[in-house]
Amino acid sequence: MSEPILRLEGVETRIGPYHILHGVSFDVPAGELTLLLGRNGAGKTTTLRTIMGLWRASAGRVLFDGRDITALPTPDIARAGLAYVPESMAVFSDLTVRENMVLAARSGPLDSARLDWIFGLFPALRRFWQSRAGVLSGGQKQMLAIARGLAEPRRLLLVDEPTKGLAPAMVRNMVEAFRQVKAAGETILLVEQNFHAASALGDDVAVMDNGTVVHSGPMRALAADAALQQSLLGLSLDQHQ
Amino acid sequence: MTDLGATTPASLPAPRRDWAALLLCPVLMAAALPLVGSASSWVTLTAAGLAMGMMIFLMASGLTLVFGLMDVINFGHGVFISIGAYAMLLVLGPLAGWAEADSLPLNLALLAVCIVVAMAVTAALGLVFERVIIRPVYRSHLKQILVTMGGMIVAEQAIHVVWGASPVAIRLPEAFRGAIVIGDAAVERYRVVAVAIGLVVFAGMSLVLNRTRLGLLIRAGVENPEMVEALGYRIRRLFVGVFVAGSALAGLGGVMWGFYRQTLTAGMGMEVMVLVFIVIIIGGLGSVGGCFVGSLLVALVANYVGFLAPKLALVSNILVMALVLAWRPQGLFPVARR
Ligand SMILES: Nc1ncnc2c1ncn2[C@@H]1O[C@H](COP(=O)(O)OP(=O)(O)OP(=O)(O)O)[C@@H](O)[C@H]1O
Ligand SMILES: [Mg+2]
Repeated sequence: MSEPILRLEGVETRIGPYHILHGVSFDVPAGELTLLLGRNGAGKTTTLRTIMGLWRASAGRVLFDGRDITALPTPDIARAGLAYVPESMAVFSDLTVRENMVLAARSGPLDSARLDWIFGLFPALRRFWQSRAGVLSGGQKQMLAIARGLAEPRRLLLVDEPTKGLAPAMVRNMVEAFRQVKAAGETILLVEQNFHAASALGDDVAVMDNGTVVHSGPMRALAADAALQQSLLGLSLDQHQ
Repeated sequence: MTDLGATTPASLPAPRRDWAALLLCPVLMAAALPLVGSASSWVTLTAAGLAMGMMIFLMASGLTLVFGLMDVINFGHGVFISIGAYAMLLVLGPLAGWAEADSLPLNLALLAVCIVVAMAVTAALGLVFERVIIRPVYRSHLKQILVTMGGMIVAEQAIHVVWGASPVAIRLPEAFRGAIVIGDAAVERYRVVAVAIGLVVFAGMSLVLNRTRLGLLIRAGVENPEMVEALGYRIRRLFVGVFVAGSALAGLGGVMWGFYRQTLTAGMGMEVMVLVFIVIIIGGLGSVGGCFVGSLLVALVANYVGFLAPKLALVSNILVMALVLAWRPQGLFPVARR
């Protein structure tokens, strides 16, 4: 059991008049891959956005490495060492793949050894290096969005549903890519609806429902317990595409 | 910038250019030649159109970036044009000798000093305007329109207080007066100067926007400011910088426009704002390249139509805008947005 690098304590988030998160608490241990699961609308994306300061927590705390980052502006949270791959991918479509990567490498020129490693994970990026990101397919945009998160070493990578809308073969490639990223020692908090993909990757898991965490523990235990899966995740996994 | 030499594959398709929009002005110029009939008139009209277009571009380019990056509608932009023009008076009085000197270097130096002073004044003013007037009204277009209009009225009155209410006549530096005669065609010297400065500014802006990290950040911020922040960049600072630069560019436009009219009035900036809004809409909000093409297009059409069908001159801008928007509802170079 390693030290948590990220800890959420009773985080509540309101968006306008809606009370979305009702006290979310869980830990992300350093050097591991933690999964955040839950039905559609459970509050997973809202949780990641709150961690990044894109929504403001109205109660509770977000601790990163023991430091309270709840009230920091988003750029400062990123500079503390978090990288965020949003559900919408948010690649800059007017910029080329290269330019997207240049911006992601905040502290200076891209490191060519690291870039080779990224090209190894996502060969399509090498092929479209000088193309506008807007012309990429959905899957390729997803690769670019993740590659941006990997452009420089970060302390923690937040990734929101990287396999969304991908063909089965692409999902396998994506799982393999995450396996390699994990092997490289990165700490990851991953939202993933594809339970099969998720269970192959996760060390730990937190399951959300209705804006709170309803279960957390080792992935292995959840993967082995079909009844628990059924009660926590119900039909949502089959429904989700 | 980052050099990726070895890791960059060689055989890549070049990014596609939007030829239809880029060729618009050249095609228009070529089509106007037979219509105008005489080559010398065509040269004069074209030069006038290009010079006019460059000046509109200088006045509009800052505004399109401010709108694109932070979604702020600044009706007060025109006042920076006026103040830029009036700021010249700080220079033209003390350096009157430079204007009358029969020396191109001295005349150019005077123009340069005017530009530097005007840009410094409008940049400083932009910093204050952003802090006091714009910052409290982010995310509300209606308030932005009202508040920036109010700011503009106050600033126009301030010009009256500082420099007086009556129009001020200024004289062009000696070397820029008169026309260059090529065959039968006469091209006013000052128009050549305006075109040269417009091209330099456009090239400079293109270079910054396409070749520097700062430029990439601005373009990325136009598309998705939230993601730029999530990558760890402080978009507020970026915006203040762009607002100040945009104000300074308006000041530069004011100098060029002021010398062109040779009469300064407090409302001179506001008078061109309709044109400025038309070209940034035609170009595609947030696009500097679009603003450039749009400015030239509007100015060329205005000059050709003024010659061929003077009665239509008043509506030519609106017609151009209607046609362009019918063809491309988002403008010539639509900027991707969230
Ligand atoms: N901008 C918003 N305004 C109002 N309600 C919102 C907003 N964003 C999310 N919500 C609501 O918050 C709840 C949680 O949404 P969230 O996107 O966090 O769910 P999720 O777990 O990521 O779902 P999915 O698996 O479908 O991506 C939903 O009920 C959603 O309707
Ligand atoms: Mg989601």
